[in-house]
Amino acid sequence: MSRLSVRDLWKGYGKRAVLQGVNLEVQPGSLTAVLGLSGCGKTTLLRVIAGFERAERGSVSLARRVLEDAHTFLPAEQRGVGYVPQEGALFPHLTVEANVGFGLSRRERRGHAVDELLEMVGIAPLARSLPNELSGGEQQRVALARALARRPHALLLDEPFSSLDASLRTRVREEVHSLLSAQGVTTVLVTHDQEEALSLADDVAVLRDGVIVQQGAPADLYERPTDERLARFLGAVNLIDADFKDGTARTPLGALALRVEQGAVGYGAGVVMVRPEQLDVRPRTEGADGLRAGLGGRVEQCRYYGHDALLHIRTEQPNGGEVLLARVHGEQALPVGTPVTIAARGPVTPLH
Amino acid sequence: MSTFAPAQPVTSRLTRTWSGRRRWPLVSAVGATVAAALVLLPLAFLVIQAQQSGWGEVERLLLRHTVVVLLWNTVRLTLACTVLCAVLGVGAAWCVERTALPLRRLWAVALVLPLGIPDFVVGFGWVSLEPGLHGYLAAVMIMTLSLYPLVYLPTRIALASVDAGLEEAARSLGLSSWQTFWRVTLRQVRPAVVGGCLLVTLGLLAEYGAFEIVQYQTFTVAIFTEFKLGFDAVGACALSLVLVLVSAAVLGGERALAGRGRAWRSGSGVRRIAPRVSLGGWAAPVLAGLTALSGLALGVPIGSLVYWMLRGSSSTLPSSSILAAVGHTAEFSAAAAAVSTALAVPVTALAMRHRNRVTLLIERLAYLPMALPGLVIALGLVSFSVRYALALYQSSLELIVAYSILFLPLAVVGVRSAMGQASPRLEEVGRSLGCRPAAVWRRVTLPLIAPGLGAAFALVFISSATELTATLLLRPTGVNTLATQFWSYTTDFSYGAAAPYAALMVAISAVPAYLLSRRMSTLARMRPET
Repeated sequence: MSRLSVRDLWKGYGKRAVLQGVNLEVQPGSLTAVLGLSGCGKTTLLRVIAGFERAERGSVSLARRVLEDAHTFLPAEQRGVGYVPQEGALFPHLTVEANVGFGLSRRERRGHAVDELLEMVGIAPLARSLPNELSGGEQQRVALARALARRPHALLLDEPFSSLDASLRTRVREEVHSLLSAQGVTTVLVTHDQEEALSLADDVAVLRDGVIVQQGAPADLYERPTDERLARFLGAVNLIDADFKDGTARTPLGALALRVEQGAVGYGAGVVMVRPEQLDVRPRTEGADGLRAGLGGRVEQCRYYGHDALLHIRTEQPNGGEVLLARVHGEQALPVGTPVTIAARGPVTPLH
Repeated sequence: MSTFAPAQPVTSRLTRTWSGRRRWPLVSAVGATVAAALVLLPLAFLVIQAQQSGWGEVERLLLRHTVVVLLWNTVRLTLACTVLCAVLGVGAAWCVERTALPLRRLWAVALVLPLGIPDFVVGFGWVSLEPGLHGYLAAVMIMTLSLYPLVYLPTRIALASVDAGLEEAARSLGLSSWQTFWRVTLRQVRPAVVGGCLLVTLGLLAEYGAFEIVQYQTFTVAIFTEFKLGFDAVGACALSLVLVLVSAAVLGGERALAGRGRAWRSGSGVRRIAPRVSLGGWAAPVLAGLTALSGLALGVPIGSLVYWMLRGSSSTLPSSSILAAVGHTAEFSAAAAAVSTALAVPVTALAMRHRNRVTLLIERLAYLPMALPGLVIALGLVSFSVRYALALYQSSLELIVAYSILFLPLAVVGVRSAMGQASPRLEEVGRSLGCRPAAVWRRVTLPLIAPGLGAAFALVFISSATELTATLLLRPTGVNTLATQFWSYTTDFSYGAAAPYAALMVAISAVPAYLLSRRMSTLARMRPET
């Protein structure tokens, strides 16, 4: 069980600064996802941790050992950090078996270690195949087994599932997740897919403009993003004007409880974030107006996904109304034009 | 390095360059430096020689009408041959590698084999059968038939490694198969094609024997004549300087043509291999074309050799002298091939992995010897050894060094096309799996570039075994190689006596040329069975 700490890491290429003071704590045995848009420096961060590139400033330590700081630079082979690059990067001239055993000593290779690893990732029958005979998912599993063979203190996964097709991706993701939890290896996974980060990781860190803007448990991040950009990055949002008073937000949708500690929000005007799934939408039957609390509106667009549906609803307000997004159960999908009433389920998060 | 602070721009720039630059592996740096120093040695001799006779004298020698004629002769020959070689080489490579050609493996070998026949033997083959053959057109034909494999071979290796995904993407973007070939496939193999054309051009500038046989005056012939017959070292040297300038211009042109693209693929996954195109109605014309090419490049010279051997059987040869010549030739060539390949690896590795002005310059330098006539390199070494290392003078070591310098460019081309296959990404993974850089080199990089190293070794071996000009000057006293013995018989018009030596040269070269084709099966092994 090894903790990975990255402190104040700086790295640039020529004049372009990529990492600008990254701080990242990865709990022993946990899986932390670093989430960011492509080009935000995710891969660079992994490459620095792996020891392929040297940072200009900052430190990296793993299992109480300094890998890199102002005075130290451990070469990649001495770090005990496993690395699974995008698309696996298997050695094309070696069989699956030889790929997996690459990091082991001659004696270890002769034993059962390789067989056990292949068994573990479920590719034992392919032991003697060459990498180009494998599917994308199989290559990914070989790359994982190869990285795990040396029992690394930490494992780095660089967009490991992005080259797989959707159905395979979910399956391989699950397998990798259970494998990693069983092994209890400290893992950093880099991805641009927020769904992947939220569903897989114990901890999510969002990398933006060369810094980690927020790190926390998935639910924490989703429910309490620190700013609007982050809120939108993690999923669709409705921003609703509110008056704060006595720990509640008064909004056109009614008074809503706030998801912050008492006293953290003062009084006055502001904005709250309401996720689409926090909206309750009911068709409004003629004549029953006013009986139900909530805001009136009309369905403008309906996107049906099977398990759920996303409604675009234009509210009936004096200023011409605005569009709210609501996620409802699949069977509650409503035709365009349906008059509805909208209510919100608190608590909601104030944004600044 | 810890003093880096974003608030202080000057400090930051300094530290960034320092920490950002990866350190050159020491061994590579040493190897590349040795290579560069060896290459520069003959050039240094040229300049020293010119300086000692005074630049006024050099100027007088260069402003002669002969020089203009030589320049025109050299340029028109070079242009025609290079274009023809490019077309034939790329066309043949594509047919062999990417079409369902009948007897593919046989063609693959047959098309490389002309490389094993020295240019002057091809010339001998044609002229001994048709004594009226001489002048410009004869020179163009003979040199094209001799040199096209220099484009064919690297192009074929590159074509075998092209990622089919890119071509498929191009087709899906609405490009026809012809447009795809032109805009995607050719683009990917362009470094190989341009590298091959460069070798053809430089080979033409350096050729002596074939032009002597067809009586076509180029710079090299004039230099040899001035030095050997006129004993005019200064004149030879002045002409050599012009030749070096022409070559420098060619090298500059190659740089512009090859582009900046690096050869390795963007993804790090395993490459997909293109299916072979069915020839359909084109099968007959393609087969006819390849047959004609092989017939002219391989059939005529070989046929001629067989003819002369049968006719000249009356002149019995002391077989021991042939055996001795074979032994010397093989010994010198193998040693030179090993040295050249060993020098080409650090030169290429540095130029591709640590691309900067110095490493690129070294790679450029490595190409230079092809443009220097073997004669000039030989003279440079003679001068050096006479002044500084008399023990070296006319030793086998000196001849091996001369070959190694002379054919370093061939080794660089072979290694370079292979090095593109060894992605730095794979080396990094190797490091993260606990291997030291040296072990990663041995276990990952080396196996991946091994086909290229084999190709480089074979190319140098073939060329050394059939080298004539430098050998005539540098061979240890009393030691004859196949080439020098062949030449002395040919110049006496004893074609029958010369033929067995030529045949042996062809045989010696054919083995590496065959192995070269077999090396391709390493790539083929990664090709799924069809």
